[in-house]
Amino acid sequence: MPILEISNLSVDFRTAGGQFRAVDRVSLSIDAGEIVSIVGESGSGKSVSMLALMGLLPWTATVTADKMMFDGKDLLKLPARDRRRIVGKDMAMIFQEPMSSLNPCYTVGWQIEEMLKTHLDLPKVARKDRVVELLHLVGIPSPKERVNAYPHQMSGGMNQRVMIAMAIACNPKLLIADEPTTALDVTIQAQILDLLARLQRETGMALVLITHDMGVVAETAHRVSVQYAGQKVEEQPVATLFSDPHHPYTAALLSALPERATSEHLPSIPGVVPGQYDRPAGCLFGPRCDFATARCVEKAPLAQGALAGHALCHYPLSQGKPVGHPGPAAILEPRLSA
Amino acid sequence: MIGFLLRRLGLLIPTFIGVSLVAFFFIRMLPGDPVLLLAGERGLSPERYAELMSAFGFDQPLWKQYGLYIWDLLHGDFGTSISTKKPVFTEFFTLFPATLELSICAVIFATALGIPAGVIAAVKRGSGFDHTLMSTALIGYSMPIFWWALLLIIVFSSGLGWTPVSGRISLMFFFPKVTGFMLIDSLLSSQKGAFLSALSHLILPTIVLGTIPLAVIARQTRSAMLEVLGEDYIRTARAKGLSPVRVVAIHALRNALIPVITTIGLQVGTLMAGAILTETIFSWPGIGKWMVDSIFRRDYPSVQGGLVMIALIVMIVNLVVDALYGLVNPKIRHQR
Repeated sequence: MPILEISNLSVDFRTAGGQFRAVDRVSLSIDAGEIVSIVGESGSGKSVSMLALMGLLPWTATVTADKMMFDGKDLLKLPARDRRRIVGKDMAMIFQEPMSSLNPCYTVGWQIEEMLKTHLDLPKVARKDRVVELLHLVGIPSPKERVNAYPHQMSGGMNQRVMIAMAIACNPKLLIADEPTTALDVTIQAQILDLLARLQRETGMALVLITHDMGVVAETAHRVSVQYAGQKVEEQPVATLFSDPHHPYTAALLSALPERATSEHLPSIPGVVPGQYDRPAGCLFGPRCDFATARCVEKAPLAQGALAGHALCHYPLSQGKPVGHPGPAAILEPRLSA
Repeated sequence: MIGFLLRRLGLLIPTFIGVSLVAFFFIRMLPGDPVLLLAGERGLSPERYAELMSAFGFDQPLWKQYGLYIWDLLHGDFGTSISTKKPVFTEFFTLFPATLELSICAVIFATALGIPAGVIAAVKRGSGFDHTLMSTALIGYSMPIFWWALLLIIVFSSGLGWTPVSGRISLMFFFPKVTGFMLIDSLLSSQKGAFLSALSHLILPTIVLGTIPLAVIARQTRSAMLEVLGEDYIRTARAKGLSPVRVVAIHALRNALIPVITTIGLQVGTLMAGAILTETIFSWPGIGKWMVDSIFRRDYPSVQGGLVMIALIVMIVNLVVDALYGLVNPKIRHQR
């Protein structure tokens, strides 16, 4: 029974240069207690799709979807007031920049307590106790004193722990972590990831981990959704994704991992993610793909079946070989392989 | 915090010397002198003139007069008014409550309207309300005070007859001065209608004096709010499922108020300058009108003493604002 079901979610932004589609028909389904990771480069729409789910996008954004069900409730039909009863309580989110994500004018204790006050019917004393308990739970030393600290008196890692404490305050069924470790030191990154994984195990909540770090994915996630230029290009359980990626983009991402590098130079993916004005008509990854043929340029691919990892590709890879590919001669602008 | 206050108090000394210098020399640059103006149209004999000039000490060299003036100031003596023969200090503080009452009302008027207007404009950015408010604020800021005052008097006092033209209270009422604040004294006197009369006399001067601060506060609030509304912690607040009103009022406004409070503090100088024009037009018996009258009478000690006193008040208010700033902004509080 999935706790979250999204199908064909699209987000368009009204910009000075016209409409810009940041998320393009993305579908995602998450079971209770599952850890799903969304990976992709900057600008791949991974954060935007989750912000759309939370209802946190600015007014310039238009969100459309065929289906957006959370915990049996249709988020598309829910009035704003009822939706706010879910957001923060059953569905919480933490962000990339812990230092700027907490309000500088209020103590961390106050900010956590506000969450409890908004969603739960607890007496004041119980709320205060719960705040201390939460700070203890996320591993903040001497929580009783820290309650009265302001965000600027704590480090980035500690602030991220406060953000996590706030997010799990009402025992959410789904926690969305938007690049929770990107702004932190490497040693702290591991601690925060361990903390998230531990809390997930203990509470049984579902966890969406947005990241561009494949190492983080390998360590924590059960299932992975790869996004590119606003589209979902592949979705697989973590083990098979690493052993047998089906989309050339996933394969290129994996071969760019330092741990997997075989040659002296680290392989990279040439080019950049297409922007608002240079979106190709066919496959969006085509211009950067090692296997792109004339067909890839002309026609946008459809998603493959589950066996091929839902890959959005004309020639999905199987054990590194493109299936149904007409051969090296058909490849446009053949690139030197690293 | 104490070290900070001491540093700021130390800064008062050079400012004080500067203000006293300007006040002393500028008033003496004006043509005419107090003795001639005291004599009036009949004039007086050269012997009597010289006698009076030496009696006031105006025959001494300027540097000596200035030295003496500073010496007296340091002993807390602000001099004696030439025209009324009363100590300048007493004169000033007899009239100051009238100005203070008007200024407080103007600040309340400007803040009570300016902050909500700025917040709404920021939240509804780009809307008709936003554009209307911002252009109105620009007009309010650019309008000459005396012209705005005359316009209001023409419409509301002589045209519609809703408000009195000048003064602090109707001549029908007389009661002892307790606090110097007409609103409070009229209440204390328990005379029927006295409070309403005092209030109606306050309305137009308050609007006139409060217009520029209102425009400044509204614009500052709007820009501060716009900046704060784009911050990450506002997204966090919304991610908590808080109502839009709570996000704006509790999470955004508190942060946006930090620069606004500074702005309000800086308006004290504007208020004092504005009080001179406003009080003159509305015959408001405060220090603004007193300063203008003193300048016309070339009452050197009154002008000097008044300027120094106003400068001191502005500096003290700014100091208080800086201290308040720390109360609102925990970051500053912990730095000191």
